[in-house]
Amino acid sequence: MSATDSNTHAVEVRRTARGLELELTGEWGVREVAALEAALGAVDVASVPVITLATAGISGLDLSGAWVLRAFVQRARRAGAEIAFADPPPDQLRLVEQTLAGPAAAPAEPGIRAGPEEPGGRALIAIGRYAVRTGHDLVGGLAFLGRTLITFAASLAHPRRLRPVSVVRHVYDTGITAMPIVALIAFLISVIIAYMSAQQLRGLGADIYVVDLVAIGVLRELGVLLTAVIVAGRSGSAFAAELGSMKLNQEVDALIATGVDPYEMLVVPRVLGLVIALPLLTIIADLIGLSGGALLCRYLLDMPLSQYVNRVNYALADTTFWVGIIKAPVFALLIALAGCYRGMQVRGSARELGHLVTVAVVQAIFLVILADALFAVLFMRMDI
Amino acid sequence: MEPVVEVRGLVNRFGGQVVHDGLDMRVDADEVFGIVGGSGAGKSVLLRTILGLQRPSAGTVLIHGSDITRLSEAQLRPIKARYGVAFQEGALYSGLTVLQNVQLPMLEYLKLPTDALDGLARLKIRLVGLPEDAAGKYPAQLSGGMVKRAAVARALALDPTLLFLDEPTSGLDPVSAAAFDDLVLYLQQHLKLTIVMITHDLDSIFRTCNRVGVIVDKRMESDTLERIVDHPNPWIQAYFHGERARARLAATHGANHGA
Repeated sequence: MSATDSNTHAVEVRRTARGLELELTGEWGVREVAALEAALGAVDVASVPVITLATAGISGLDLSGAWVLRAFVQRARRAGAEIAFADPPPDQLRLVEQTLAGPAAAPAEPGIRAGPEEPGGRALIAIGRYAVRTGHDLVGGLAFLGRTLITFAASLAHPRRLRPVSVVRHVYDTGITAMPIVALIAFLISVIIAYMSAQQLRGLGADIYVVDLVAIGVLRELGVLLTAVIVAGRSGSAFAAELGSMKLNQEVDALIATGVDPYEMLVVPRVLGLVIALPLLTIIADLIGLSGGALLCRYLLDMPLSQYVNRVNYALADTTFWVGIIKAPVFALLIALAGCYRGMQVRGSARELGHLVTVAVVQAIFLVILADALFAVLFMRMDI
Repeated sequence: MEPVVEVRGLVNRFGGQVVHDGLDMRVDADEVFGIVGGSGAGKSVLLRTILGLQRPSAGTVLIHGSDITRLSEAQLRPIKARYGVAFQEGALYSGLTVLQNVQLPMLEYLKLPTDALDGLARLKIRLVGLPEDAAGKYPAQLSGGMVKRAAVARALALDPTLLFLDEPTSGLDPVSAAAFDDLVLYLQQHLKLTIVMITHDLDSIFRTCNRVGVIVDKRMESDTLERIVDHPNPWIQAYFHGERARARLAATHGANHGA
């Protein structure tokens, strides 16, 4: 604004027999605070007996301007100067004094304050805190799982309390709407495996094993794993965000106050919906993966479709498909629990919501991969 | 004198629904202007229009003489810096402390050293009657009344001359509401503010407002508080002379005559 340019700040200092006389002029509004602070800061108040302030020339004094003036007055008094006013002190200055004095102006500065410094102990404290928090998280997660399962078991006796409408909605939201992206990813994965293995195996004249790799790779591992990762990104985050914003809106409190168990109403249908949807998505991923393999073998290796089908039949054991599909409900449970658990933890702020949604997705993916590794070891022990 | 806020011929239409049809409003400097109306009468739409949050279907909105309906976002900035708004639920930024909430407009508009930023924000927090330790708290840790006060502190961050309050006493207990009314009066008198306040609260109106605008039949009837209560419109009669209003009115008149 033009005031800043045209303002001829603002402090004129004159030495008198008794000390300093400051003549204050110009705009003293909130927009000038930085300039005013600089102008007053340049005044040397050391060993001046009396400072006289002439404030009649000030225009547009607001609270911020008055605050700057008060800060100067305090600094001068601390340095031992006596403050005199040539004109009656402005009302705004009195208001600032009145506001900042008073009994509530406790010197104690609350808020975030670092504890006593412990030399060398900082890292240790941080590690300890992290360990305790992780422990709490683990116990909390188990408690959440337990409560969800108990609620589920209790509702089994009364099928209406399983909220079939809600479950179907979640099957639709997490399953049906995810079909295009899951199919596309499955196709691309089969392309990647086929290309990579064809390149390696062609040199050995073992082209036919490309089919084995695609079929076993997709059915046993990659179909279900990648579907789970996509679903964790899509639905794990959605669960956490939905429940989290319901918590912020006090919708969850409203449910509890109405006597409705939020686990029964919100958590169980989501878990159940995903446990139904993920195996179905996995079957689609398997189908598309195998079809993609067939397409690639046809055009990359000139393998007729009949030969591809024969080889797939030969390569697959009876258990291969089931070894893959059995993991899907477990992954679904982990994803849904991570999403709902983190969502229900939200309290207070929008920032927390964002943080916990992130945590939900990262943990869902981590848990899925961890479970997959455990399954791999288990199946090897079982020799399948 | 030029009015601080002037609305002329305002029309707001949503699909087939007409909310305002030729609404006029005028707020002069140094007054507390109350906006009253039934639920769904369009009080909030009016406020949103004045604040430039939505464009009206027709009509002009002048703030300090400039028509904000024709200004771009960049041209609106200096005008917005001259008024403060306290929303109904506070609308404090939940990820920031009260202190940071108050500092945010200052950081946006001013270039200040850190200690000035801190000092000024603390001054505003104290000014609205919050305890010193509220500065470090997050909005979720505050009571309803404190949230409203913190919202006012943020609205006052840039020392505006015009303050908008959206239902400042709704959701407060009568004692807190009365204390808030006192705060409004205190700020108005000491900072020479012009205050535009949406409210349902009869106590608030009688205690703080100089003039009142009532939205009836998509238009506004405004007058001084003493005269508006005798307006013949049936809704206004029901509002000011209903069961709940009568006691209040009697008390105020009695006090005025006695004085």
